[in-house]
Amino acid sequence: MLAYLTALSKYFILILMVFYTIEALTVVFFNRKSNAVFIRQEIYLFFIQFFAYATICLKSGKIDYLFFYAILQLVIFSVIVLYQTIYPGIDKGLLNNLTLLLSLGFIILTRLDFSKAVKQLIIASVSLTLSFFVPTLIRHLSLLRRLKWLYVSLGLACLSVVLILGQVTNGSKIFYTVAGITIQPSEFVKVIFVFAVAALLYHKKRFSTYVVSAVIAALHVLILVASRDLGSALIFFVTYMAMLFVASKNYLYLAMGMLAGSGAAYAAGKLFTHVQVRVQAFLDPFSVIDKEGFQITQSLFAVACGGFWGTGLMKGVPEDIPYVESDFIFSAIAEEMGVIVAVCMLLVCVFCFLTFMKTAMVIRDSYYRLVAVGFGVMYIFQVFLTVGGGIKFIPLTGVTLPLVSYGGSSVLVSIVIFAIVQGIILRAKDEADNEAEDEEEDLYEDEEE
Amino acid sequence: MKMRKNNKRNKKRLHSNRNKEIIVLSSVFSCVFCIMIVYLCLYVKNNEMELMNNSYNARQAILASENTRGTIFDRNGEKLAYTANNGETETRVYPYENLFSHVIGYSTKDKTGIEQLTNYYLINSNIPLSEKVENDIAQVKNPGNNVYTTLDTKLQQVVYDSLGIYKSACVVTNVKTGEVLAMVSKPDFNPNTIVQDWDKYVEEEQTKKSSVLLNRVTQGIYPPGSTFKIVTTLEYLKENNESVEGYSFDCNGRFSLGDTKIQCYHGSVHGNEDFYKAFAKSCNSAFASIGVGLDRNAYGDTLDKLLFNKELPLDINYTKSVLKVDDTVTDDEMIQISIGQGKAQITPMHMNMITCAIANGGVLMKPRFINSILSANGTVIEKNSDEEYGQLMTKAESDALTELMVGVVNEGTAQKLKSDNYQAAGKTGSAEYNGVKEDSHAWFTGFAPADEPEIAVTIIIEGIGSGGDYAAPIAKRIFDAYFTQ
Repeated sequence: MLAYLTALSKYFILILMVFYTIEALTVVFFNRKSNAVFIRQEIYLFFIQFFAYATICLKSGKIDYLFFYAILQLVIFSVIVLYQTIYPGIDKGLLNNLTLLLSLGFIILTRLDFSKAVKQLIIASVSLTLSFFVPTLIRHLSLLRRLKWLYVSLGLACLSVVLILGQVTNGSKIFYTVAGITIQPSEFVKVIFVFAVAALLYHKKRFSTYVVSAVIAALHVLILVASRDLGSALIFFVTYMAMLFVASKNYLYLAMGMLAGSGAAYAAGKLFTHVQVRVQAFLDPFSVIDKEGFQITQSLFAVACGGFWGTGLMKGVPEDIPYVESDFIFSAIAEEMGVIVAVCMLLVCVFCFLTFMKTAMVIRDSYYRLVAVGFGVMYIFQVFLTVGGGIKFIPLTGVTLPLVSYGGSSVLVSIVIFAIVQGIILRAKDEADNEAEDEEEDLYEDEEE
Repeated sequence: MKMRKNNKRNKKRLHSNRNKEIIVLSSVFSCVFCIMIVYLCLYVKNNEMELMNNSYNARQAILASENTRGTIFDRNGEKLAYTANNGETETRVYPYENLFSHVIGYSTKDKTGIEQLTNYYLINSNIPLSEKVENDIAQVKNPGNNVYTTLDTKLQQVVYDSLGIYKSACVVTNVKTGEVLAMVSKPDFNPNTIVQDWDKYVEEEQTKKSSVLLNRVTQGIYPPGSTFKIVTTLEYLKENNESVEGYSFDCNGRFSLGDTKIQCYHGSVHGNEDFYKAFAKSCNSAFASIGVGLDRNAYGDTLDKLLFNKELPLDINYTKSVLKVDDTVTDDEMIQISIGQGKAQITPMHMNMITCAIANGGVLMKPRFINSILSANGTVIEKNSDEEYGQLMTKAESDALTELMVGVVNEGTAQKLKSDNYQAAGKTGSAEYNGVKEDSHAWFTGFAPADEPEIAVTIIIEGIGSGGDYAAPIAKRIFDAYFTQ
């Protein structure tokens, strides 16, 4: 009987995941808001975790995992219940998607490296607790948009510290250790950067404003390039371009930016050997399978050999991929849970992005509109980089899959970003309420002119 | 109140106008993700098998620990390779030892041949889930899938015995289906002991250049000698309305043009001859004179059509035959190429494929080794049907070539192949190598019966002498064995 359970659980998980994704789709595209939908999603989520941990426990025979499962389940459901109680107006679909992505990450992390899963759960719990305060701050603190120079100096300072003092891992300076805790400052600067660019761009539509913002964004990108953190550099660049495009409504700027970006990428390809190596490994990984192509080919083996149905949890060898838990978590999920589940997960990521963008469309406040656009594009572009890199759709950049990958800074920042967007959603609701009451909206309109 | 409503509508319009860029961004990223998902699915669908077979992929070992490697059978259900389990250890057993060494290959030291070709199926098990669970509980491995090949053990044995101790290669295929019935390359090895013998073979390869592990049928590249006159004739047919009538040549045993002089084999003088006699007697002088007169660009096109310089429709490892002819080729080179010397080089398998096309009205069937793949409890996983590769020449051209090749057997160099039981058609070759006149590889390629062809046989024996004397008799033994079955 137990043997049947482990053999069949991958099909159960797959079916539940497909159901979840279909519900999530109707929520995003048809604006369904009935509680029944969200409760069904939560039930699917519960059973996905149940079957996954049942398989992992039975296959490994370790009781520790059961405790972990119990705590995880508790954390996830406290988050869902508490958020909904504290903030009745939040987007429940987005909240469910957040918990689903976190859960999938925990399932595969438990299987890959239990100690890392435990560490991640602690960080995620702390982050989730902190994140309860974020929506209120966003809702009520109108001071945030005035701190642009604070954001700029703080962001550039953090990045510079890493560039000068950061420890070198694989040729890149990404991490900085303070008081025994290794942090990835570029993750935190992501939030600050979006706030900074929004603050720079939101009210004045003058050419000089764009020039100033472009110089500041370029400084961020250049420091990251100097630290050899090309993935983050690319994310900052694309995020800035998207925000500039929405703020200026100017296709010419977008085209110029893309042209400059392509030129810079070409130059990077000519100048840096580590870029050339990545491109070579992308074009023909099997010719350099021993060295530069090892990571990507192992990832391709994992994705392709798991097939559409997956090998089943604990039955593949995703641990063969170097840095699987941070950079190739998608490939590990695809191998053991199946390409179908992996595709469903990608769709859920896209739905999160679309919720961010929808929020940007609804909100009248142009500052938060830019913030929502910035986070939306930042999030989806990072997903694109890590997943596309892992399946050889684009060259590898080595960034994390937000909420799913192992990495304390990454998970903390991703949770905070989702909480900020929930805050913006609440703000948009307040706007709508106010509009019904009086004409206070004109204030925002004036601000925009 | 009305004004306010209007005002609101205006604002709404303004609102939607202001959102256009956000919609553009959302659509662009959504489209990119759709493309990426489609790419991912196609990639997995198309590459699963190839990636699983990659030696850097540790997943093979997992499957090996879960499943027992499947059995390889011949076309009549004889076991050619199976995995024996005596309690603790598993061994891969090749009951016919050296007989199938190259074509079946081995799975114990890297993988080659059919073991490599069907590796993915052999290491997977498609038995029902219920049985898998039972095996899991009982702690037994699942039986891997079984491969049923097109090979015929009896015929393989005849070929193997006929080739004797010579360095040689032979392939027998069914011209109508593309099934490979027998494939032998010598020297051979015992796949049962390949792990122990490996170092010895590698050392020999470096010191004596003996290359035991090379499958000469598909990887051995040889000068085709007079068998190549088939190609020259095909080009002649194309340039002369698909007919050889009206041709005549006076052979005095040699042909010279400028500084180039060539001789007929062993200095024979063929006298006055038409095309049939020139082909049957394999007159070098006549073909040299035909060759220099042909349109060299058209000759190059004909070579391309016959799969020179191209990937062959062949699933196991092979070497490409490379020969480019165009109007930059000198007269001297052209004379050599027309009689299959000089730059001309070909693998026996490629020669066999051209022969099959002639026998099958110009249509080449894709050569195949596998009839079907079944799970251990008999469910069909893959069934291979005959697959047409394409038309290499017209029906009229293949008919004309057949008539010429019948002449070779009845009145020409392959007379040792005459039989009362069947009418064979073929072409011999004595390919000179390293410039010494006496050293030549003996070639034969042909098929039978000429009017309703069934099988094609291609043989090469290295450094033994003329094709008519050494290769044709072996072909006879193979045809005899096949037609008396």
